[in-house]
Amino acid sequence: MDRGLAVSGLSFGYHRRAVGRDASFTVAPGAVLCLLSANGGGKTTLFKTILGLLPPIAGTIAIDGEDTAPWQARRRARAFGYVPQSGAGQFPFTVREMVLMGRAAHRSAFAAPTAADHEATGRALESLGIAHLAERDWLRISGGERQLALIARALAQEPQVLVLDEPTANLDFGNQARVLQHTRNLAAQGLAILFSTHHPEQAFACATEVALLHRGALVQIAAPERAITSETMSLLYGIDVEIVSFGASTKACVPRG
Amino acid sequence: MSLGGASLLLLAIAALALALGAYPVTPPLLATVLWSKLRGLPETNTAAATVIFAIRGPRILGAMLVGAALSSAGAAYQGLFRNPLVSPDILGVSSGSALGAVAGIFLGLPVAGIEATAFIGGLFAVLAVYGIAAAVRGRDPLLVLVLSGVVIGALMGSGVALLKFLADPENQLPAITFWLLGSLASFDRGDLLVVTVPVVVALLPMILLRWQLDVMTLGDEEASALGVNVRLVRASVVAAATLMTAAAVAVSGIVGWIGLVVPHIARLTIGPGFARLLPMATLLGAGFLLLVDTAARTLGTIELPLGVLTAVVGTPVFLLLLARGGRGWS
Repeated sequence: MDRGLAVSGLSFGYHRRAVGRDASFTVAPGAVLCLLSANGGGKTTLFKTILGLLPPIAGTIAIDGEDTAPWQARRRARAFGYVPQSGAGQFPFTVREMVLMGRAAHRSAFAAPTAADHEATGRALESLGIAHLAERDWLRISGGERQLALIARALAQEPQVLVLDEPTANLDFGNQARVLQHTRNLAAQGLAILFSTHHPEQAFACATEVALLHRGALVQIAAPERAITSETMSLLYGIDVEIVSFGASTKACVPRG
Repeated sequence: MSLGGASLLLLAIAALALALGAYPVTPPLLATVLWSKLRGLPETNTAAATVIFAIRGPRILGAMLVGAALSSAGAAYQGLFRNPLVSPDILGVSSGSALGAVAGIFLGLPVAGIEATAFIGGLFAVLAVYGIAAAVRGRDPLLVLVLSGVVIGALMGSGVALLKFLADPENQLPAITFWLLGSLASFDRGDLLVVTVPVVVALLPMILLRWQLDVMTLGDEEASALGVNVRLVRASVVAAATLMTAAAVAVSGIVGWIGLVVPHIARLTIGPGFARLLPMATLLGAGFLLLVDTAARTLGTIELPLGVLTAVVGTPVFLLLLARGGRGWS
């Protein structure tokens, strides 16, 4: 039995029209899988299918060896913590209230939040270092703070797998590094992490494995050094790319031309 | 303002409403009449007792119930549709109920019959809107729902126009016009039962699902990823809010703006969390319509239409909110 997330033979898309076919990969607890894809490559559809927001066309998604197909939304929300690109909240909830919503799946639909829910909320805020933002208006904090709050909300779900959809899009340089740092730490605490990005070098910074999604097909899954090469980057993004090394571990992708 | 403050405000407005009118009921007189009623003593002041228990009392309770119903329905719709500009009219409920009631007046039905047809009209409109939204797939479901509400509302409105055109200009047309403007002038104890039962029944799912409704304001995808059964919660709350609106429209006619403006003000005072927003919207809605209805029956020598008064108050408040609330609708 595979611990963590196991996706096998997954075809995904809308209304039975496949966007992607035959995707298979695993993310073990402690591992960070970085998904790279060009715009329109099927990344968002794949994530939605894994999260159960879209029904799969074929294939299975399993957590700790258990097929998630029969699961209800509540059960899924206790296994998958989801960090959207930017929260869609339009109402002036406080950051604490927003993180508390991550606990919805841990009590019955009619129940008010319990002491355990408030404790989990506090822990999630602490672990991302944003306890000082707890009483701030969700609509009035910065994009970087909001992203950290969304990660805290996903942590409050107490999931096994954390799914982050372009968590660093819309963030400045410092906040990007901060979010990646937290991602690494959370994996070290035993979470299986699946994230997508448009910046290949972020994979060098925090991924244990990289999956390349090209026109709906997973063309390669390997360690970052092996998966991210001039050839694969050219295939994915359609431009000439040079991989530049600085010292032992730091690498960058530079477009040629 | 806290919930306690809002409750006190509502009590004060109720006392004021009871006191004002052609036959003033002062607080000592009210206390005397209530005391003898409680102890089962023979009535010494039958005129005051009649005003309190048969005329003004039911109307005050009616105004509070209708205001509370429209306001809490609005709060629920605004959360579900993630849009503070949404109101009970959104699903065509008000227009559907209006068409039903006008048809009842046109057919010369008794008051109870008119209430029943208003109710049927409201439910028909929301089912039609839901049917259209379910049939049109592959687009933003909320947008489709809102647009179908507008379209069905317009259709219902043309039905009303047709009935007005066909109505007897001597008797029916004034009755229809008066009803469409909104009024509680003929509200009596029988109406009280008609409006109380559906409002209480509809409040129940809203209270039970108050925490899930907070999550629903994040949109379908996030709510579903956080473990909420989005379809079930939406269907239950839309049904409840529609029942409330239909019940209110059935006894009071078209009283606009409350479902739009009052939940907004409630959110400003106590925040967006539905567990606090719902009681606040209920209290403020009850107080607001009671105040407006009291003004309607005491300001002039004739009764002023409620819908006109709420529009006169609601429009500037709404414009003010629009001007200062552009960012994030807080």
